[in-house]
Amino acid sequence: MSNPSHHTAAHPEHTQGSAHNSRHFWIGSILAIVLTAVPFWLVMTGVLRDMQTTAILIFALALIQIVVHVVFFLHLDTRSEGGWTLLAFLFTAVIVVLTIGGSIWVMYHLNANMMPMPADGVAQMHDMSGNH
Amino acid sequence: MSDAITETAAAAPVWHVTEEHAHEHGGSGPTILGFWIYLMSDALIFASLFAMFGVVSTSFAGGPQPRDIFDLPLVALNTAFLLASSITFGAAIPHIEQGRVGPTRAWLAITGLLGAAFVGIELYEFAHLFAEGATPQRSAFLSAFYTLVGTHGAHVTVGLIWITVMLVQVGQRGLIPENRRRLMCLSMFWHFLDIIWIGVFTFVYLFGVIR
Repeated sequence: MSNPSHHTAAHPEHTQGSAHNSRHFWIGSILAIVLTAVPFWLVMTGVLRDMQTTAILIFALALIQIVVHVVFFLHLDTRSEGGWTLLAFLFTAVIVVLTIGGSIWVMYHLNANMMPMPADGVAQMHDMSGNH
Repeated sequence: MSDAITETAAAAPVWHVTEEHAHEHGGSGPTILGFWIYLMSDALIFASLFAMFGVVSTSFAGGPQPRDIFDLPLVALNTAFLLASSITFGAAIPHIEQGRVGPTRAWLAITGLLGAAFVGIELYEFAHLFAEGATPQRSAFLSAFYTLVGTHGAHVTVGLIWITVMLVQVGQRGLIPENRRRLMCLSMFWHFLDIIWIGVFTFVYLFGVIR
């Protein structure tokens, strides 16, 4: 019942939204160019002597740029496809963070705990394999 | 009792038909959402590749380190080509929506050429690394590097094939609804690859060099 009226209402909005869409797109493009150029500039010139600050900064810029691309180029918002694209995106974002963050976290600690093998421990292992 | 049953039986198809009609009218129906779900699953493939790279990114096995082998000006050029191709595809969208075949094909061709330049530079970079002995067999870091960057490059190559196919289809049939739907999916795919590249140039190249 409400569907047809919704559609007739949505149509003019769609056609007149063309100019708005194009402005939206160019804002996104300029933001994308700036957000790409700045991290390269930071790393290639080494303006910030501190590497850790540079790393944190380019990490933040990458996250911002991903959001800019998703919003301005993929047009993700709360309304598109009845909100299902946003839901799928958020679900994916959670899985991506868990996969990457979890893997690096677990493997870093595993690595750190395996590393300090005492020299006599190594010698003992060699002896054992030699005696066999 | 029987009245209620006939009423629900009659009501259900009416609701269904209206819904279906609304979808047809709305444009591409469920295709856009379906393609979005595909992109999200593709993002998970890249997430696992990024995770693997993150874990072994310092496992050099005495081999070359990122600082020795990565040529940042070349990567910056590559990044510029891919970002420019994303923008030129965006420039084609208003022409697609308004059914102008000529400008659509022109912007699509420019996008394709920029994408081809990206793949060309990446292949040149790989050839250069191989010549220096930085092959995938050298260390875990290099295996993960080639797997991650190579998978992205393969996606871009598939995108180039898709662009070529669309240039032919739009040339033959014009901007019919089917071709518009395909171009919208291709646009999402192409922008998605640019988003993955943000992760690659930041976490592989820039992080590698400042480490």
